[in-house]
Amino acid sequence: MSKKQKKVLFRIILSAVLFIIISIFRPEGYFELLYLMPYFIIGYDILRKAVLGVAHGEVFDENFLMSVATVGAIGLREFSESVAVMLFYQIGELFQSYAVGKSRKSITALMDIRPDYANIEKDGKLVQVSPEEVKTGDTIVVCAGEKIPLDGVVIDGFSTINTSALTGESIPRDVNVGDDIISGCVNMTGLIKIRTTKEFGESTVNKILDLVENSSMKKSRSENFISKFARVYTPAVCYGAVALAILPPLIRMFFMNTEPMWSDWIARAFTFLVISCPCALVISIPLSFFGGIGAASKCGILVKGSNYLEALSEAGYIVFDKTGTLTEGVFRVKNVYAKENAVVMQDIAAAQGSVGKENNTAIQGSVDREGNVTTQSIDIRERVLEIAALAESYSPHPISSSLREACAAEIDQSRVSQVEEIAGHGVTALIDGKKAAVGNAKLMDKFGIAYEECKETGTVVYVALEGEYLGCILISDVIKADAKEAIKSLKKAGIKKAVMLTGDNEAAAGEVSEELGLDEFHAELLPADKVDCVEKLLNEKPSKSKLIFVGDGINDAPVLTRADIGIAMGAMGSDAAIEAADVVLMDDDPQKIALAIKISHKCLRIVYQNIVFALAVKAVCLVLGAFGIANMWIAIFADVGVMVLAVINATRALSVKK
Amino acid sequence: MEKTYKIEVDCANCAEKMQEAAKMTEGVADATVSFMTLKMKVVFEEGADEKAVMKKVLKACRKVEPDCEIEI
Repeated sequence: MSKKQKKVLFRIILSAVLFIIISIFRPEGYFELLYLMPYFIIGYDILRKAVLGVAHGEVFDENFLMSVATVGAIGLREFSESVAVMLFYQIGELFQSYAVGKSRKSITALMDIRPDYANIEKDGKLVQVSPEEVKTGDTIVVCAGEKIPLDGVVIDGFSTINTSALTGESIPRDVNVGDDIISGCVNMTGLIKIRTTKEFGESTVNKILDLVENSSMKKSRSENFISKFARVYTPAVCYGAVALAILPPLIRMFFMNTEPMWSDWIARAFTFLVISCPCALVISIPLSFFGGIGAASKCGILVKGSNYLEALSEAGYIVFDKTGTLTEGVFRVKNVYAKENAVVMQDIAAAQGSVGKENNTAIQGSVDREGNVTTQSIDIRERVLEIAALAESYSPHPISSSLREACAAEIDQSRVSQVEEIAGHGVTALIDGKKAAVGNAKLMDKFGIAYEECKETGTVVYVALEGEYLGCILISDVIKADAKEAIKSLKKAGIKKAVMLTGDNEAAAGEVSEELGLDEFHAELLPADKVDCVEKLLNEKPSKSKLIFVGDGINDAPVLTRADIGIAMGAMGSDAAIEAADVVLMDDDPQKIALAIKISHKCLRIVYQNIVFALAVKAVCLVLGAFGIANMWIAIFADVGVMVLAVINATRALSVKK
Repeated sequence: MEKTYKIEVDCANCAEKMQEAAKMTEGVADATVSFMTLKMKVVFEEGADEKAVMKKVLKACRKVEPDCEIEI
């Protein structure tokens, strides 16, 4: 409990005790004024705010309503009721602020990944400094049980780290010297030294905290609806109250010729005013969204705003960029085919004779294991692979790294010059002064190179040198183990159409699509085509259902932005993806998408429950109040009680069933 | 220019009112208040003096909610 809350609690107790004592003596006449003592103890701040409010032209706020209602009651000589109303109102307010504070705390505790300090070695002693003070390239020491404060590389020691605060993944990860390490994880076992690669402001942990903290700034449609509604509702009820106080007595007086019963109608108007506060709605809706976002981040799903959480619940279409989302994104060279007797090849072999020698023995070894290939063709195949690997040596693309991995020869980048990447085609480069073209069939067509088409499924990289086709390399990607299950649970979560986009060839894409049970696939796309494809789907879908695009965050920023909801996967440590996407999955488990949708459904269900519940109770109480059936107590329940119930319901959004 | 400030306010509806008051203040292009994180994000207009503007914002907020606080 905060200091402010404790003070209120003290006033409540003091005033309640006085109130009870006075009530026991049942004072009469002027002694009834004794009731003013507990009244002012409990209500002075509200009266003060009411006066200030009127002075500032803010007439219809809660404080004003409570003041008018209780002062009115005193005017009607209902002293005890007036104190009781004020007392009950304050208890309700205290409870509400306590409940909100509590849920605010439990949500922030979920995201309690902010490191408090970093250990720096100075003169052989460990000194704790604030993470902001550590510069890039500094060495920090992380002991067992401590949070890793900054992103970096392990330079000494080995340990097991717990990434669950970031990814929701409970299985710890081993780290050794040379491994990248991400801030926000917890070092579990050994002492490690880390050379930082980023400042705190740029580190993963700070980025995530920023993102989550700012997420409640992007408000959802429901939230905007409620604030607009509140702006109309409160004055409307207030004018209604004025009308209720004046019109019926006047009608009774002039048209019905009966007694006007002023005090009765004014009391009803006060009841009306107390019910009018829209707080239950105004607080519980953002609280539900905040809880939902908190629940999601506990599972390693970062949602950048309430609006996106809301949109997720309306998702009908999902578009995957194949690589890295449905497939591992880890490519392996499956096969290499070389054209026999290529003219350029012999030149190279001659020119490179001395360089190649050492490598040749290595190649020979692998041949023996395979057995049935002649030394001659293996040599050429290895050459094809080497040219491809050299040409692609500057590219971070997974396909390029698979080429480098498969290539037995050492890759000497100084042999490569004038590398030019042609998006969606491949690369051209000068290798040992000869013009190499490495890429897909389109690249070969572009340069008018005759090639033999490879019929196998997978990604085919064609290699040509000096305009002559040398051979091709077959690379394939592995489908993620849980991808099929993920598509199934997405369908269960309300997704109507699952589409896959890929730059791969038709056959490979078709195979993956069939295996996963997707509804549609588009193959052989250039990066720009992907935007067009998504654009087309956006036009074709019914306006109410939202389109999700899932990418691995590499090269797909434009599509991530264009889609209704852009999800980046496996984004831990990738700034670009965190920047461009609306929802960020910290690990690369496709099942998390369905989980995110489920969380959003639950959250929205709670939001609607609260809206309907609060409005219904208020409407009923207003009607009862107008007919004089509901008294001040019911009115206070309609105000404070509904709010407390709505807040309690909203906190349900925090828990997730996995 | 965009800056986030810590705020103190007791009720959600008051936070809404502060947001509206801040939005109306001269020199403020846009403002968002999050009651959950108790933060106010202010987007300043081009060339506005943020300190002077925030003083005005606080004054405007005090008008709608006398008890509120903004850590400038």
